[in-house]
Amino acid sequence: MSIGTFPVDIIKSRMVVHCMKAYKIKEEAIKLFLLICSITVVMLLFGIFLLLLLKTIPAFKEISIKEFFTTPLWNPAGYYKEQYGILAMVVSTLMVTAGAMIIAVPLGIGTAAYLNEIANHKVREILKPIIEILAGIPSVVIGFLGIVLLGPIITKVFGVKSGLNALNGSILLAVMALPTIISISEDALNSVPKSFGEASYALGANRWQTLVRIKIPAALSGIIASCMLGMGRAIGETMTVLMATGCATAMPHSFFDPVRTMTSAIAIELGEVAFDSTHYYALFAVGLVLFLMTFAVNMASDVILNKYQLMERK
Amino acid sequence: MKMVRSILIGLVMLGLISNVGYARQKYVQVKGSDTLINLVQRLSEVYMETHPGKAISVTGGGSGTGIAAIINDTADIANASRLMKDKEIKKCVKKGINPMRIVIAIDALSIVINPDNPITDLTVDQIAKIYKGEITNWSEIGGNDETINLYGRQPNSGTYDFMKKHILKGDYSPKMRQMNGNAQIVMGVESDISGIGYVGVGYARSASGIKVVKIGKKEDGPFIDPLTVSDASTYPISRSLQQYVSGEPKGNVKEFIAFELSPKGQEIVEEEGFFPVSKAYKEVNRKAGL
Repeated sequence: MSIGTFPVDIIKSRMVVHCMKAYKIKEEAIKLFLLICSITVVMLLFGIFLLLLLKTIPAFKEISIKEFFTTPLWNPAGYYKEQYGILAMVVSTLMVTAGAMIIAVPLGIGTAAYLNEIANHKVREILKPIIEILAGIPSVVIGFLGIVLLGPIITKVFGVKSGLNALNGSILLAVMALPTIISISEDALNSVPKSFGEASYALGANRWQTLVRIKIPAALSGIIASCMLGMGRAIGETMTVLMATGCATAMPHSFFDPVRTMTSAIAIELGEVAFDSTHYYALFAVGLVLFLMTFAVNMASDVILNKYQLMERK
Repeated sequence: MKMVRSILIGLVMLGLISNVGYARQKYVQVKGSDTLINLVQRLSEVYMETHPGKAISVTGGGSGTGIAAIINDTADIANASRLMKDKEIKKCVKKGINPMRIVIAIDALSIVINPDNPITDLTVDQIAKIYKGEITNWSEIGGNDETINLYGRQPNSGTYDFMKKHILKGDYSPKMRQMNGNAQIVMGVESDISGIGYVGVGYARSASGIKVVKIGKKEDGPFIDPLTVSDASTYPISRSLQQYVSGEPKGNVKEFIAFELSPKGQEIVEEEGFFPVSKAYKEVNRKAGL
């Protein structure tokens, strides 16, 4: 028997080798294609960074770095002298973003907890897509709502003269950051092993205790990462803040002061700036600072998310 | 069947392409000042009605945007509520462009406040001090004890520039809110009792919920209301509104501008709340061949 089948086996195994070769070539090709894809993306990121850096360098031939980072006022078309200080813009950006986070984080985590813990399957299936649609509303529409709806409400509720201020921007940005926070936090809560909750119930804990003491801490890194991603969106948002925050260049002292963020400054001025002028390069410098800020936030969220995935594997 | 269909599709596509080329010839693009946009849009509508087959598109973006478009050859006509800056002229020279200025209307800049504000008159000097941040409370000029909230335009606006150069002769207070157009200034002042804003007289005329202040050159007057003044040159804050074209206007561009300056065009200028071109400016236009 073995003698009879022997040659057949050899032929079979040769065919297999042959097939394996074709298969391997195909697989290598796919691998190469995917590698090129990811290299392109990375190159794009580096390209943007490099471009910003190259365009930024000429700015500091005329502006001192100290003036740029430590003086508050930005007035490139000043009547007496040109002023290039980004401090007020950076403070404005951070203020509006921090305000947005203060509103969006509790609201987002609360909604995620509700969706995960309390809502039944049907409610969740309806609510989740609705929340995700919220992410698709164009920023210009949200900005418009800020002017005609939220502005007058703020003037009435807080008794201030004008509703176009940092608070208005913060609330709108919170609305824009919410879908990200809710969606990813809910996923994080979902991926907490069921046994955690069951063990907690077995020890006599109620649902609230289980949620606050067991589930949220277990999903914490995912929740933090979601907040970071939401924050990244808020820092970089342009049209909404441009329309709703009042755009004054002065250093803000409270949430009821009008503010002009870095993104608004770039959006307003880049359209009419003279090519190759100091002002032009200074705007790229603002862009670079903004890029580094969002980059830092995204990196932080990535690190946290990684840690969370490692913990999951254990 | 398939071949017939593909030939048909091919023919239709060819027709579309040649049509696009045809349209491009007659299509005049106007870009720039937000103060001028409503007027020029109206002018172009009437022009297109009376001249079938002509197409004109009018977009805003601010005077600076319009002038940049002329320099970069992305528009045929630039609307500008200010004169070209030295920097812009230099860039034209660099590119070999000879910009021609045509004055199409005169604007009186209106200072608007909330109707509940008791102030009725202001001098040019007071307006300058208010916008420079030297007067910060309405009580300093006889009004209520309220901090003044400043509403202005963004730096890419010709109106922003005009105020800074000719009225303020200095820098705006950094506390001024930089609004994205005349309509937003009106909206802001409408809902803010301590607000003050500046808009083109055309906007002030059509807007409700605001009060237009009478302006005087000196403290003892006369204080002139831009809405009722008959001769724009007596109003202290008036300016020319112009269009820039690259080189002497020709063809469709010239035809449209000639329409704007015609009696019918100037009638529309008045209907839109601006003032017709005065004698001195007609001289400027003659230089551009109109």
